[in-house]
Amino acid sequence: MSRAASPAFNVLWLQSGGCGGCTMSLLCAEAPDLATTLGSAGIHMLWHPTLSEETGAEAVALFEAVLAGEIVLDALCMEGALLRGPNGTGRFHILAGTGIATLDWVRRLAARARHVVAVGTCAAYGGVTAAGVNPADACGLQYDGRQKGGALGADFRAAGGLPVVNVAGCPTHPNWVTETLMLLAAGLMGPDDLDLYGRPRFYADHLVHHGCPRNEYYEYKASAEKMSDLGCMMEHLGCLGTQAHADCNTRLWNGEGSCTRGGYACINCTAPEFEEPGHAFLETPKIGGIPVGLPTDMPKAWFIALSSLAKAATPERLRRNATADHVLTPPQVRDIRKR
Amino acid sequence: MSETRLIVGPFNRVEGDLEVRLDIADGAVRAAYVSSPLFRGFERILEGRDPRDALVIAPRICGICSVSQSHAAALALAALEGVAPTPNGRIATNLLVATENLADHLTHFHVFFMPDFARAAYADRPWFGMAERRFKAAKGESVTRALATRATLLHVMGLLAGRWPHTLALQPGGVSRSADARDQMRLVATLAAVRAALEEHLFGGALDEVAALTSVAELEAFVRGRRGDLALFLEIAEDLGLDRLGRAYDRFLSYGAYPQAEGRLYGAGTFAGGQAGAVDVAAIAEDHTFARMEGREAPHPPFEGSTFPDADDETGYTWCKAPRLAGQPFETGALARQVVAGHPLARDLVAREGASVRARVVGRLLELALTLTAMSQWVRDLSPTAPWCAQGRLPATGRAFGLTEAARGALGHWVQVEKGRIARYQIIAPTTWNFSPRDGAGVAGPLEAALVGAPVRPGETTPLSVQHIVRSFDPCMVCTVH
Repeated sequence: MSRAASPAFNVLWLQSGGCGGCTMSLLCAEAPDLATTLGSAGIHMLWHPTLSEETGAEAVALFEAVLAGEIVLDALCMEGALLRGPNGTGRFHILAGTGIATLDWVRRLAARARHVVAVGTCAAYGGVTAAGVNPADACGLQYDGRQKGGALGADFRAAGGLPVVNVAGCPTHPNWVTETLMLLAAGLMGPDDLDLYGRPRFYADHLVHHGCPRNEYYEYKASAEKMSDLGCMMEHLGCLGTQAHADCNTRLWNGEGSCTRGGYACINCTAPEFEEPGHAFLETPKIGGIPVGLPTDMPKAWFIALSSLAKAATPERLRRNATADHVLTPPQVRDIRKR
Repeated sequence: MSETRLIVGPFNRVEGDLEVRLDIADGAVRAAYVSSPLFRGFERILEGRDPRDALVIAPRICGICSVSQSHAAALALAALEGVAPTPNGRIATNLLVATENLADHLTHFHVFFMPDFARAAYADRPWFGMAERRFKAAKGESVTRALATRATLLHVMGLLAGRWPHTLALQPGGVSRSADARDQMRLVATLAAVRAALEEHLFGGALDEVAALTSVAELEAFVRGRRGDLALFLEIAEDLGLDRLGRAYDRFLSYGAYPQAEGRLYGAGTFAGGQAGAVDVAAIAEDHTFARMEGREAPHPPFEGSTFPDADDETGYTWCKAPRLAGQPFETGALARQVVAGHPLARDLVAREGASVRARVVGRLLELALTLTAMSQWVRDLSPTAPWCAQGRLPATGRAFGLTEAARGALGHWVQVEKGRIARYQIIAPTTWNFSPRDGAGVAGPLEAALVGAPVRPGETTPLSVQHIVRSFDPCMVCTVH
């Protein structure tokens, strides 16, 4: 599947109502690095706010050449929410040097793009920029929170036939972005490869719970009670890893990290409206002592039954270690011939 | 005298979006107006939430200063709770803040700043071939190598904070993740790899030698005959006169960084007119006269601050407010931090050439050497079986602030809690200081002052001198307005 003879896959990357963190994360790509990874798939960055030489008038000329059809745009990558405020004008983000709202630039460029990719939860659904009173009237490219619509509308399809591809995450893992672009460039991503919220299934068909090193604590409901405890964070500390769609604990971040490995809850940042959980992020809401959010696909009655059984069976080792910040009791070393 | 106007933007290779309006006469900038064109309203987003949610929301103001935003929020919450971090928590927090600072310095020099010297407009300069090979945007040898070094450095985050950006590891009482002896060894290896890369390619010499430089003369002697990127930068700086470009008010502010068992690695204070002073936090206020914000009648101390955008305002030319300390604009950043801390090279630089483009860049590179050396010691100071996170309890009512140093300088969060909810949250970020608009007295912000006199060549639409000056501040526009 060589693209050596094919023309480059042109990507234009714009930023609006976000923090730039998905780009900062993208630059952490390793083994191979970003340039090598993109090069391997024939992906050419036409312009990127962080990487490109062209600034000011040079950059605007390039955008206009794309609009005029003089340059083929294979993928428009959008990072950050689209700002519709104030009063629908989009003037909370005028693209510098142009006097035109970024919202308008994006709508016009999206119409020219073979694929449109939302990089990060803000661009996908609005994300943190749309939290609280949503001061800037922020939304995603094709979603406004969980509702279809957003800046481009529910019916939008890019020239290549796909709706907006939502590489959700706050931030995105570098390889979620590079692998999405590589799959698009290779023509290997179709409608069935996206989940209910338009996320690539190659990472969204996993749960953060998969590979969490706290799984043994989870199994026995040996729970952390305060920050820095080693136990499972689902019962008290707000962890949504059993419900969050992402492969963070099998893919890992910045070497060997993930949120739960870092000692804090998964806040389900790949999901629309994760920014408004309806309770404090690091606290688990409960009814009658039972967490409101149950593990994905698990019937409530079974969860309650298994939890009480697990709690009764919790080994002393896990009970002690769960509320400590380092291992107090190591697993027993047994003679494997004496079972 | 003919006067022309240039509107420059989108200004890339800065974090976020930026527009600069220039009035040009006689081949130089006569006046500059700096505009931050993006408003999101994080201070309003934070209102009404559980105060602990600030640890989730505030870092997401900025993907490049994420840990610093997190740290300021954690400090404000710690002050509300009356809790102090455990020694391990303090040291691990220092490691996380320092890692982000250094990663940002690396990104700035290699990815944001230097590629401008690889532009075709400089093809006639003697150093151009080298600059192009090493620093061509996105693909120069030094650009790609620095990104690899940065990725290695950020393994400190993966290990101690789960990931970067946007971690919840920094807590009011310390950190959420403990480290054991094996983790310490891994951190030693990571930092050693970064040190080796910097010594070989950036400095062309030992970090200790760079840290020990006491004057511009010693700096120039140090790079003589060396082939590192620092030597290349100084050669370019001399040829283009970057030591005479981009000077603002030479009035510096630092909140101080990296608390030790006693004192800080880099002390807090101001430095102006050759005199060191203390920071009077109560004398900080934000002026809205030229910001598109309501509340223009008088400057607002942050505990009484407000963020009500006024899109119809004709006077305002930016979403950025104008912070002033005792009524005056201040410059903040790595150079300011080292000047305030009293590093002899930083002091000699500003005594000779003020905060020039060259001085700002050298300030950052100097700090890379100083901070990385301190980090290696901090890793050894961690004590795996001692506590990592002290526990506090938030009061239902109260107010407090948290001050830290991001890579780009002084960052403060001011929070007021009523009935257990955030009633007011005000943030003043480093680039809010540096890229502020004019205030009610008509005094320009530091960048606006620094651009005056910048040479403009005939036909330039995005003058190179302006680009060098703007980028010398390492602006973070998403933090600026937030």
